[in-house]
Amino acid sequence: MIVMSMDMSQYLSLFIEESKEHLQNLNTHILELEKNPDDMPVLNEIFRVAHTLKGMAGTMGFVKMSTLTHSMENVLQEIRNERIQCNSQIVDILFQCLDVLESYINSIAETGSEGGRENDELIRLLDNIANGQTGIVPQSSETAFSSGSHSEEKEDDFIIDEYSQGIINNAAKMGFNAYKIRVVLNQGCVLKSARAFIVFRTLEKNADIIKSQPSVEDIEDEKFDFEFTVLVVSKASQELLFRELTSISEIDEVNITIVQSDASAEEQSGMSQFDKKEIQQHIEKGSKEISALKAGKKSDHSVIPKAGKTVRVDIERLDHLMNLVSELIIIKTQLENVGGKDQSKHFNESIEYLERVSTSIHDAVMKVRMVPVEMVFNRFPRMIRDLARELGKQIELNMMGEETEVDRTVIDELTDPLIHLLRNSADHGIEKPEERRQKNKPETGTINLAAYHDGNNVVIEVEDDGAGINIEKVKAKAIEKGLVDASIVDSISENDIIRFLFEPSFSTAEQVTDVSGRGVGLDVVKTKIESLGGVIEVETKKDLGSKFIIRFPLTLAIIQALMVELGTEKYAIPLSSTKEIITVKTEDIKLVQKKETIIVRDQVIPLIRLAKLLDVPDSHLDNNKKLTVVIVKKGDKLFGLVVDNLIGQHEIVIKPMSKHLADIKGFVGATILGDGQVALILDTNTLSL
Amino acid sequence: MGQEYYMIFKIGDEEYGVDINDTVSIITMTQITRVPKTPSYIKGVINLRGEIVPIMNMRERIGFPIVEETEDTRIIIFKVKEAPIGGIVDSVTEVIELPNEHIKNISELGTEKVANYICGIANLGERVITLIDLEKLIA
Repeated sequence: MIVMSMDMSQYLSLFIEESKEHLQNLNTHILELEKNPDDMPVLNEIFRVAHTLKGMAGTMGFVKMSTLTHSMENVLQEIRNERIQCNSQIVDILFQCLDVLESYINSIAETGSEGGRENDELIRLLDNIANGQTGIVPQSSETAFSSGSHSEEKEDDFIIDEYSQGIINNAAKMGFNAYKIRVVLNQGCVLKSARAFIVFRTLEKNADIIKSQPSVEDIEDEKFDFEFTVLVVSKASQELLFRELTSISEIDEVNITIVQSDASAEEQSGMSQFDKKEIQQHIEKGSKEISALKAGKKSDHSVIPKAGKTVRVDIERLDHLMNLVSELIIIKTQLENVGGKDQSKHFNESIEYLERVSTSIHDAVMKVRMVPVEMVFNRFPRMIRDLARELGKQIELNMMGEETEVDRTVIDELTDPLIHLLRNSADHGIEKPEERRQKNKPETGTINLAAYHDGNNVVIEVEDDGAGINIEKVKAKAIEKGLVDASIVDSISENDIIRFLFEPSFSTAEQVTDVSGRGVGLDVVKTKIESLGGVIEVETKKDLGSKFIIRFPLTLAIIQALMVELGTEKYAIPLSSTKEIITVKTEDIKLVQKKETIIVRDQVIPLIRLAKLLDVPDSHLDNNKKLTVVIVKKGDKLFGLVVDNLIGQHEIVIKPMSKHLADIKGFVGATILGDGQVALILDTNTLSL
Repeated sequence: MGQEYYMIFKIGDEEYGVDINDTVSIITMTQITRVPKTPSYIKGVINLRGEIVPIMNMRERIGFPIVEETEDTRIIIFKVKEAPIGGIVDSVTEVIELPNEHIKNISELGTEKVANYICGIANLGERVITLIDLEKLIA
């Protein structure tokens, strides 16, 4: 009957997720506050968020977080009351608080605890600001419930049933008192059920809970308003219980009434079946559950931490998915019933139907996995602000297309490269104000960050109006690093020069700064983007700025691919990297530096015998007069791959290559064909052509 | 304690054993897709219930001449560093319990040169079973 095992860990991931959201919110609003220190709505919003965070952290027992937010709240309150003026110093401190809070959350996400970072200094700073003020707002934990007054106790509908009464009666014989306890939570309480859980746990130290109203299940599901009533038996005094309960924060009212053991009731209803033994068992069971709960908590703590990746999904999208799945079931039934005269006709119809539905399901699932790039973009305004200060530059960040949706797996991978590019633009791109003045440019530099869909791709552009890439400097550096010979460097096209930027350990920053230029730079960005199946391009004009363009596929799981045959082996070439398919006569192949090339529309394209490159046994194309050539892109270069046969275009599911084959280059993964066979998927970007 | 279960397989006339905890399943020969640019003992990859699993030929890996597959040829799917990998063996014999005292560490075998993937030898009267450390075999 007593099932009081509510577990805090189930709230942890929710807590982390929501805290992150709140911190992001805080970030945005503090940035706004910096621009308009007098903006009351913004201030109110910051106050509200700080307050919510405090409540949440308090509920979860994260002391450092809640004390810090508490101090923040005090300062904000003073500003709201116009007792102190908001200034840049305060904003800076608020930002620092934000960083510390962020580090706590990250630490909680990783290890389950707040970590060792101290915040005394910050709290002292905050308190100093708030100090000198008389009426510091009393905190909820110190207010309210000064007495156990039954003043506004409303006649509740708490019914003590026979069973409970029986327990009470028997408990009374053993010297237990029965109490009815009504707890009213603070109206501003977030995570009500977690708070209730704390109340339950506190009670269980001294008492055994017989009954609760609403039921524990409902409380766990937050299906209650701000109050609940429990019936307990305990040897502890009324005062002790009261004291313990009122020490829990966010509780407005605690009413404890003694429930009399009713001797007459016992006689009437013949409650003798509840003997001492049962009560004893009952109580033992309760305490066992508590210890089990405690043990569970402990072991949880060593395991929990990793809060998994989650996606918030619009319920409509899920409904749509559900609909499609039910259609799938209809098709299944149809196929089961195929038979009789028009067998093949019905069969074909069903297959067509199945095809339509599976395409829709694919779309729907993709949509479920999509999140707006806003999630990544959000942090950038703050970052640019800090960078600009650090570098002594004036930079404005414009963001466009934040609503563009990208697959969740992609978005996490995208953060680092984008941070890198933005830092690059701020550090190397945008000039110092005086330099910009000399160039007749506005002192404030602009960085544009834009995201948009382009066909099946997502494009993200980072564009600055800074100095542009210094081609001469890149050339010099490339020679110095031995990437290119000094004698031929002038014959290399500008685009190819720029490509040196993406070589490992290439940095043109004259001095190594904290911001960028540590030599681990664009090559990492490039590798990352390529691992997402994307490409990165640069456009640059001297003194007008540069633009980095990242292009990557919407999703990584399912792609369109061209299936080809080499000897007896089958390979898939992602359609996104193929340009066209042509037939070439052997006599049209020209030798350039002993390498086979073909000319397509005045463009010289190197020809690669794919079977030879992949050491395919028994490929027969050497005798062929005509060759089938698939023209593929590698970066912005084109290559012609000679294949034996084309099988056709298929939608394939990418499966990752085994960990044990991780160092094999040239393949993005493998896919499973209709007959269960495995086919490798070529990666033209890493294939050594 | 003191004893562990080993899966015993045969290559040629020799018996080898691996810790049963490192094995996932035993399957019959299936079509293997070759993966270019891999060591020759890696025969390729297979589709094992939707997962791409690389397959090596234990004969080649351990240095035996390659033979045609027979009816007894099996692929044992091992789990090494959390990822599955299959090994083609001539046949799978049994799973046995080997008391620790029957197992000799390689260090006890004297100065004789042994391949680094061999982690022990078990003597069971007539039979000699070579125990393999899969992590070292695959690294």
